[in-house]
Amino acid sequence: MHPAIQAVITVGVAVIAAIGYFYLSNLLLDRVLFPARGKNAGRNINRANMIRPWLFLFPALFALGLYLAYPVVETIRLSVTDRVPGGYVWAGADNYIALTGDPKFWEALRNNFFWLLVVPGLSTLFGLIIAQLTDRLSWGNVAKSIIFMPMAISFVGASVIFKLVYDYRPAGEDQIGILNAVYLALGGAEPQTWLTIPGLNNFLLMIVLIWIQTGFAMVILSAALRGIPEETIEAAIVDGANPFQIFFKIKVPQIMPTIMVVWTTITILVLKIFDIVFAMTNGQWGTQVLANYMYDKLFRANDWGMGSASAMVIMLLVLPILVWNVRQARKEMR
Amino acid sequence: MDNIAGRKPALGWAVNLSVIFIVLLWIFPTVGLLVSSFRTADQIASSGWWRAFFPTEQTQQYRATDPGDARVQDGDVFFVEGRIFPEGTDTTISSWGTSSRDVSANAPGDTADLGDGETFTLNADGTYRWAGDDEQISGRGQRIFVTALSPPEFTLRNYENMLFGGSSDNITKAFFNTLTVTIPATIIPILFAAFAAYALAWMDFPGRALLIAFIVALLVVPLQLALIPLLKLHLSIGIGKGYLGVWLAHTGFGLPLAVYLLRNYMAGLPRDIIENARVDGATDFQIFVRIILPLSFPALASFAIFQFLWTWNDLLVAIVFLVDSSGETTVMTRHIVELLGTRGGNWEILATAAFVSMAVPLLVFFFMQRYLVRGLLAGSVK
Repeated sequence: MHPAIQAVITVGVAVIAAIGYFYLSNLLLDRVLFPARGKNAGRNINRANMIRPWLFLFPALFALGLYLAYPVVETIRLSVTDRVPGGYVWAGADNYIALTGDPKFWEALRNNFFWLLVVPGLSTLFGLIIAQLTDRLSWGNVAKSIIFMPMAISFVGASVIFKLVYDYRPAGEDQIGILNAVYLALGGAEPQTWLTIPGLNNFLLMIVLIWIQTGFAMVILSAALRGIPEETIEAAIVDGANPFQIFFKIKVPQIMPTIMVVWTTITILVLKIFDIVFAMTNGQWGTQVLANYMYDKLFRANDWGMGSASAMVIMLLVLPILVWNVRQARKEMR
Repeated sequence: MDNIAGRKPALGWAVNLSVIFIVLLWIFPTVGLLVSSFRTADQIASSGWWRAFFPTEQTQQYRATDPGDARVQDGDVFFVEGRIFPEGTDTTISSWGTSSRDVSANAPGDTADLGDGETFTLNADGTYRWAGDDEQISGRGQRIFVTALSPPEFTLRNYENMLFGGSSDNITKAFFNTLTVTIPATIIPILFAAFAAYALAWMDFPGRALLIAFIVALLVVPLQLALIPLLKLHLSIGIGKGYLGVWLAHTGFGLPLAVYLLRNYMAGLPRDIIENARVDGATDFQIFVRIILPLSFPALASFAIFQFLWTWNDLLVAIVFLVDSSGETTVMTRHIVELLGTRGGNWEILATAAFVSMAVPLLVFFFMQRYLVRGLLAGSVK
């Protein structure tokens, strides 16, 4: 069967099954189990109302539990076992110890750290600056649209785009990568193979993500800037503040919570960054990152123990943000 | 606000200029690839894409017609006459040469001496006269190198090859595979999430706050953790690697955001409407289907766009749960990564493939930007 037909049928079946499930389970609850009539009508309605939320929640919770919560537990288990033919044996901390002995792991950790330092900060900063600059521009929406556009482009597509930017042709030939062309025009001695220069190449990969994420930061921060009460700005103007003072002393402090949200959202993304490195350098020339290292261990070296251990390292790095997010959410609920 | 004190008009043009600069900087890389996808392989390799809009000097090799076909005898002298360009070409030669060591040795109209009385004359419009004795004007046509200013030229051939061509680079199959992954992977999580979000927003039960916290926590769990456990699970229950597996995986990974977004939106709906409906005797199921769902359309659209973009652009989930060694189920992102490996220098192929894969998300982006922005704001500004 053609996969496209299969997809359409699946959608149809899923829609019918979902609606059928909710409709029939509610019917069962109201008509058969706890009918709202007879001498126990009142008690039955209460009971039905206690169960109903779980009917609504069940499919989602089941999928969440199976696809996100269970894997966390299973990964912990795999990270302390070794796979041997026919089963698993307890390995204790061996996988973690092996991890700390692998220089590639430290390289990945160091690079992830640099990514964390550079990408969320710069994306948020650029987003904030652009949001402020376009705020009162007549064609601001067009400008924002263009800067926001990379959000729709896949990491792989962006990697192709930037591979052309960084392209290298031997000296003497016409350069087709714009970076080398500009470099030579500005007096560079000879064209560079940018992606193989250790240290710098990491930064060139980060530029791809900054290019994508600045639009995200800009959209959210520009909404936050618009939400600032006008009175505070007018008061500052009356008191004689200049535009820079207004921006740094009045506006930025008021949108600080939003800046933090943007920063943490991009931070989570950076911790999981995989596609860009996988497509552009595949971790060569000192550009390895944790997610790509993990992919190498899991699917190329087939070492599930070490792969799971490095996945746990990513989880551990995400944990503080997870706790912070949950706290924020609970604060809002009250 | 625009003309009150403290806003200097002097700053106005500086702001305009800097925004123009930033916008250009941001769009430049994409334009480069787009322009490249409309150029031939030769053009891409010989000059940067930013030259594509101007006439370029290109040096190309031509041959005079083989004497066997076109030789004319005039007493002792044999010659071949003709034009190196095809009929209808309007190119002006700027220089030419007969040796690859010096391709611009002669000016148009010059007569080059090839030794022993053999001569070659080439005019600016490409007409030539090649003359010599019987032995010289024989065998293959004389080779010449011509440098000419050729006008900017764009072609659709790359797209034709990538979409309808018969080579293994063809991306059509991957395009439909991506579509096959995307549609169920967008619709199924919405179905599940909408019901759960309603329960979390409008039903009262013990443990509700805890459940919401649980979902917020799952929002940031890296999906890398799920790869091996789930692949193991899929293999053991017989799903294996295939569409069903990737649909389920995308559903699971998309659910936290879906539930979170929809719950936030639904919780903001006016309480009166729902309570009135309850008083009128509507069941929860009826309230949900008749009132909540239609009112939540903007939030549903936002999430659908997110999930669509994310599944369309995804690489990791597809290569782990779907793409097997047969390559029958490859998706576009995977196809492009493969092309990057095998066709690293063939920019006409890479650029075209990349743009085929970007076309749909970009269309969705430009037509539904409003919903996308609204969804982003609902998800992160509080």
